[in-house]
Amino acid sequence: MSETKTLIQEYIALNGKSRNQLLPLLQNIVQHQNYLSEEAMTEVARAMGLSPADVYGTASFYSYLSTVPRGKYVIRLCRNISCMMKSQAEILSAVSAHLKIKVGETTSDKKFSLVQANCLGWCHKAPAMMINNEVFTELTAPKAIQIINEYQQK
Amino acid sequence: MESHELKRIDLIFSNYTTSKYKVLERTLQRDPDEIINELMDSGLKGRGNAGFPTGLKWKFARRNEAETHYVICNANESETGTFKDREILERVPRKVLSGMAICAYCTGARKGIIYLRQEYAYMMEHLQNELNIFHQHVKEFNFDFTVEIFLGSGSYVSGEESAMLDSIEGYRAEPRNKPPYPITKGLFDMPTVVNNVETFATAQVIFRIGAEEYSKLGTPLSPGSKLFTLSGDTPKPGIHELELGMTLQDFVKEFGDNNTKAVQVGGASGYCIPQKLFAETVIGFEGIPTGGSMILFNNSRSMYKVLHEYLRFFTEESCGLCTPCRIGTQQLLKGVEAVKKGERPVSYIDVLIKLALSMKSSAKCGLGQSVANPFISIIDNFKEEILY
Amino acid sequence: MEKYQVSLTINNIPVTVEEGSTVLDAARKVNLHIPTLCNHPDLKVAGNCRVCVVEIKGQKELSAACATPATEDMEVFTNSRRVRTARKNIVELLLSEHNADCTKCYRNGNCELQWLASEYRIGDHVFHDLVKEQEKIPDTSSWSLIKDDSKCIRCQRCVRTCNDLQDVGTFSVIKKGKRQKVSTFLSKPLKEVFCIDCGQCIVRCPTAALSEKANYEEVWDVLETGKHVVISTTPAVRAAIGEELGFEYNKHSDLKIVTALKLMGFNSVVDYGFFTDIYIVELCTEFLLRMKQAQANEGSAKMPLISSGSPGWVKYAAEKHPELAGNLSDCKSPHQIFGAVVKSFYADKKALDPKKIITVSVSPCTAAKAESANPKMEVNGLKDVDFTITTRELARMIRQSGIDIERLPETDYDNLTQIHSGASVLTELSGGTTEALIRTLYELITGNELTPELLKIMPLRGQNGIKETVMKFTDVRADWDFLEGKELRFAVVNGTGNAAKFFGTLPEKEYHFVEVMACAGGCIGGGGQPIPVSAELVKARSSILYSLDEINGVKKSHDNSALQDIFREFLKQPGSEKAKEILYKEVPKVN
Repeated sequence: MSETKTLIQEYIALNGKSRNQLLPLLQNIVQHQNYLSEEAMTEVARAMGLSPADVYGTASFYSYLSTVPRGKYVIRLCRNISCMMKSQAEILSAVSAHLKIKVGETTSDKKFSLVQANCLGWCHKAPAMMINNEVFTELTAPKAIQIINEYQQK
Repeated sequence: MESHELKRIDLIFSNYTTSKYKVLERTLQRDPDEIINELMDSGLKGRGNAGFPTGLKWKFARRNEAETHYVICNANESETGTFKDREILERVPRKVLSGMAICAYCTGARKGIIYLRQEYAYMMEHLQNELNIFHQHVKEFNFDFTVEIFLGSGSYVSGEESAMLDSIEGYRAEPRNKPPYPITKGLFDMPTVVNNVETFATAQVIFRIGAEEYSKLGTPLSPGSKLFTLSGDTPKPGIHELELGMTLQDFVKEFGDNNTKAVQVGGASGYCIPQKLFAETVIGFEGIPTGGSMILFNNSRSMYKVLHEYLRFFTEESCGLCTPCRIGTQQLLKGVEAVKKGERPVSYIDVLIKLALSMKSSAKCGLGQSVANPFISIIDNFKEEILY
Repeated sequence: MEKYQVSLTINNIPVTVEEGSTVLDAARKVNLHIPTLCNHPDLKVAGNCRVCVVEIKGQKELSAACATPATEDMEVFTNSRRVRTARKNIVELLLSEHNADCTKCYRNGNCELQWLASEYRIGDHVFHDLVKEQEKIPDTSSWSLIKDDSKCIRCQRCVRTCNDLQDVGTFSVIKKGKRQKVSTFLSKPLKEVFCIDCGQCIVRCPTAALSEKANYEEVWDVLETGKHVVISTTPAVRAAIGEELGFEYNKHSDLKIVTALKLMGFNSVVDYGFFTDIYIVELCTEFLLRMKQAQANEGSAKMPLISSGSPGWVKYAAEKHPELAGNLSDCKSPHQIFGAVVKSFYADKKALDPKKIITVSVSPCTAAKAESANPKMEVNGLKDVDFTITTRELARMIRQSGIDIERLPETDYDNLTQIHSGASVLTELSGGTTEALIRTLYELITGNELTPELLKIMPLRGQNGIKETVMKFTDVRADWDFLEGKELRFAVVNGTGNAAKFFGTLPEKEYHFVEVMACAGGCIGGGGQPIPVSAELVKARSSILYSLDEINGVKKSHDNSALQDIFREFLKQPGSEKAKEILYKEVPKVN
């Protein structure tokens, strides 16, 4: 059995397959595999008795349930007004240049993906960034790059 | 319109370290109807932004007989410029849990859910520890109530209470038709109270100090205090608990950088108030209500950029379900861009304002309806900046 | 339980409705028109499009009439200034998201958005055109449907139809905000995802975002090639086509349509009923053979026998119930039998080279388009059916030809196919195949004449999702003595939306025959039928077919003398080698 199938079946064995388990299950897969592959969505649909279109339609609604491949570390730069006022654009272009990827892209070593986020909830310490679940605030371009370099070592 | 001077309050974050769920223990001894009456006497209104009287919500939910009830804590704090719920959950989660438990006690719920936005997943461990402690206590109080955390997966509209229910049930977070309201037919069709994090924490405060004491604060229409989250051009960014009912003038005097030209009250879905209206604008339900977000702009800022950013936000975060919000937001954005570039005549702005008013009256949910707020208030007050 | 009544006013007109009714229901009761788009009588309330917003006294914002319950003392205004402005804006917004190139559109003239645009006098396109160029390239990968995203207004009727009514799940709403749209799994082309081609989405689409893959132009072309073109129309087509062409069905309609088809250049017009009678007799044979074999050797033949005449159902079963493969009948559908018999028996009789015959089937079904493309559906290496067009396509051809059907004289069907039984007409209705089967089965098993009460098996009629009846045969002929006193159970699944429910419990109950139709009501409610559709319209169309059975002197398929001719002269007997070659899609599992 593929890794994905095992992951899904283990989850369902533990939590059941009622519809309200769909989002937690999808989150679980993203946590392990960084995104929802075609195989994962097909398997989830089969295991939960849903149509693949329904699973895809639900997943694609939510910003954190990526249906396109993502790197191990997803860098989310907040782009909302308070961060915008504190020069988030400079950080974005610095990070983008540093990793040689544009927004929405993933580095060739599949380590980093760069996305923009709508308000991370750290407006008083703008600009803010998240790498997976970890939060970094009051960023400057050099500070952001230093943080990313630390992740590069991980 | 009644108003008073700016006054700092310390209720939400205070008296915590010693708290061992004493308020909860005490309150669970009381009669549910009496509890609800006290909450109604306090005049507490929902601290999310909508401002529905909390006591009344609990009362309705209690009145609706059903197999079971649910209590949901809305921690999908996604309004731009808001971060109070995060601070509350980090610093005083027991107050929130007490509020939820009291609500459950009054309405007959046995299960509570905290809908936590994905951005706050970093505090999962901390919250889980708090839940363990909480569950021990309620067990000691012989009260059957458990709380779970449901992690949102990134959606602004999930903050709309009926959309949140759909999300928990495993669907796209799209607002439901109302009526029926969640208090009648909510999660899994059961009567459900959905309150904001701050509302539950404030309820705990009210049961600690009493409704009489609490309602001495604020104004008759906006009793009490609330948390304000400040960002933008302010030397004092951060979280401040203030008595409701101050004027924006006093607020800006305290928090501005002496160069404030406008304040966005209530985030992307709120209103933009220009300097000339600071004196006459009261922050509260009699004036401009806010879920807490206060973003200050000084004279160096382009209000066109501000408006543009809000509209961009809405075009992405609208759930897309209803026509006015899905397409209207896109048209407003394209419209202001086109006028700015001179591709459309200045008079097109009037077409857009009419459209915004149509959106306000016909969108399916409160979020879609509120797009008109920033749009019209920014254009009304900064027309020159928007047009040219 | 008696329902409470609520009284309210709409535009100051008092109205009383049952509790639970919506404002829209109440308005309709006093004949006030409130425009709608996402609302559809067959579907769950959505409240998405907001076209039906009304003003309710005491409420700050407008409410969607379709989703707002009528309450006591409510004062509703459907045409206030605020309502009109909002509604006009909403229609303008929808048009800005819509490829409003109406003159080029397949639904030009029968488009709900176009009607609204005209009603609200939308002149200039006020707003920015949001249609992306890439959306203007429709998905034409399917045999049956075309999906044109540039026409989609996100009302989600198709999504509700595909998921709630049909339980297929091809479509879903994906993404959010400005990227939100109706799509398939990972936005794949239709041919790469599970779709049963039923076309129920098409008949509920308010615009041309979903339409059938039209083949009528090819049919026009073939009429000028000098080939012998044979066309068949089904009773369901003829009962409904008047909805498109603006006439009411009457006893002259069928033969006037024959005249029209002749005038349009078809060489021969045959009646589908004749082929359906062959189908019923063959199905009956297959059924009895299976029963016999199952009796002789437990487990050797899978029971119940499940009908496979509805191609949408066949596709559904293959995907969702692969375990039923052995139960499905191996007979071709009447639609394919038409083609196969024309290219064999008919060719023989008319001394025509089958290679020079073109068969055109007019079907109420869009899945028939996909079915006839299946390479298994052939006879002597020739495709059974060359072209399948829908009722709507035929109506379009008739309109294009400028013919006024009602003024035409009557012409008979081709002499080989002039006779059909009442039973054959029923097969296009849910439960009808079972009724037809029972009529023949009864006489075959008992040798006695059918008792009159079996001419109308009421439990098998109507719009329930699952219907069933039990038959007990006594005094049976010697061949069938194992059926003496045995109860045979027949079930009807009305629409694939009820299949999961039925087949989920199947193992607990013993059935002998199960009829499944993909579309609710049967072929009469098919995806190729006129637009609009509703359960009520399907009921009205169905009553036409029931009355056709009642007035038909030949009640049973096996009594059709034309059918007896073809068996005598050509097929020999039901289940013969010849029959297997022509009338079966597979080598029958049971011989």
